[in-house]
Amino acid sequence: MNLELTADQKAFREECRHFAQTALQPYANDYDKQGAIPRELIGQLAAQGYLGVTIPAEYGGRGMDQVSYGILNEAIGRACSSTRSLITVHSSLTAETILRWGTKEQKDKWLPLLAQGTKLAAFGLSEPGAGSDTSNIQTAYQKQADGFLLNGVKKWITFAQIADLYVIVARGANGITAFLVERNTPGLRIQPLDGILGTRASLLAEIHLTDCLIPAENVLGREGWGLQQIVNTALDNGRYSVACGSLGIARACLEDSIQYTRNRNLFGSLLKDHQLTKQKITNMVTEVKAASLLCLNAGYLRDKKDPDSIIQTTLAKYYASRIANTIASDAVQLHGAMGCHDSLSIQRYFRDAKVMEIIEGSTEIQQILIADHSVASLSSIL
Amino acid sequence: MEVTTQPDTKVIIKEFLQKRIGQDISFTDEEDIFKLGLVNSLFALELVVFLETTFKISIENEDLNLENFSTVNNLGAFILKKKDR
Repeated sequence: MNLELTADQKAFREECRHFAQTALQPYANDYDKQGAIPRELIGQLAAQGYLGVTIPAEYGGRGMDQVSYGILNEAIGRACSSTRSLITVHSSLTAETILRWGTKEQKDKWLPLLAQGTKLAAFGLSEPGAGSDTSNIQTAYQKQADGFLLNGVKKWITFAQIADLYVIVARGANGITAFLVERNTPGLRIQPLDGILGTRASLLAEIHLTDCLIPAENVLGREGWGLQQIVNTALDNGRYSVACGSLGIARACLEDSIQYTRNRNLFGSLLKDHQLTKQKITNMVTEVKAASLLCLNAGYLRDKKDPDSIIQTTLAKYYASRIANTIASDAVQLHGAMGCHDSLSIQRYFRDAKVMEIIEGSTEIQQILIADHSVASLSSIL
Repeated sequence: MEVTTQPDTKVIIKEFLQKRIGQDISFTDEEDIFKLGLVNSLFALELVVFLETTFKISIENEDLNLENFSTVNNLGAFILKKKDR
């Protein structure tokens, strides 16, 4: 693997960092307190092309590679995990999955709208009784003469409050199937959710479906292949985005901690000069570097369309989300009382980091997958 | 890599499956790897990426029939059919 970014990737990294530092970071704590990112910000993301980075130019996207997409997710995740969550559900889970498995008609209809941000998308998988255990979903579909009738409740759906298009995963006679469901479908009701620990501005909602009639042409992928085909593709895409977003959180905690310890006096010397601080900073730097390499490795393999990219993406997500938590915890500790107060971003990073270990496959699910792969074939991991 | 004969195709497929399932686990070319419970939830996606990349084919919705992917023999036949199209 070549660790050197191309000139285009370096330029894109500067572009993304500049955007995040100027248009996002100064306002992210306010968004967190308000429980919403504003429409104006989504418009800015769309104008930058950040809602369709990996979507081909023929559909109005920027047609960029996966390494570049990782760079975007790290930069946005460094400033605001709620905004990064929009990119995850809109681009990774939905648009990229439609690009991979959608029919020509579905691609022609939705990808230009999603790539340009004219319409927003969300992914309806989790339910009140089904999170990690995706095979236990209860939302049901029944075949009708003129389509499929959907009934059930989806919960914890990121950006469902404002999305225009939902992928809904449901159970029916032919197994679990994914459907493209438009917001204006009769019988669809959105119930906003608040009180979440982290990524508070990500406009979570429940989706209630009551006798929603979905046209047959809105089946996404093959009927009965919803889990193996659509959910697995979407979660693989999403894990890459969350891995890089977690790396962004970890980097933010590290950079803010270094800045703080340079200026904070304690027992007659700067905090940075205390040996226990040096230990923390060293561990943080090493973990950020390791996570960065795992994310870059995953991006490189994804661009090569290497089958090992899937387990390597899992590995990157597992590691980056875990170290985001240990680093955020150390950052709070280094900041002391200031780290616990909402006048700084550290407390937000600390709360957001925990969510990263739960979404797109919990830490425990990743452990099962990684351990099974390692036992079967260590060479595909190392 | 250009693959033109079924025996070569099956060897490559078997090698991939053995790597995913474990070198010490034996199964025949006729045995259903899904029914034997030898694969995890990521496997189907890995298999699709492997087949597309290795054999330069595009797997579409209509190809997603479990029978196509269930045994080494069926996978070999599926690849030949796709490359003939």
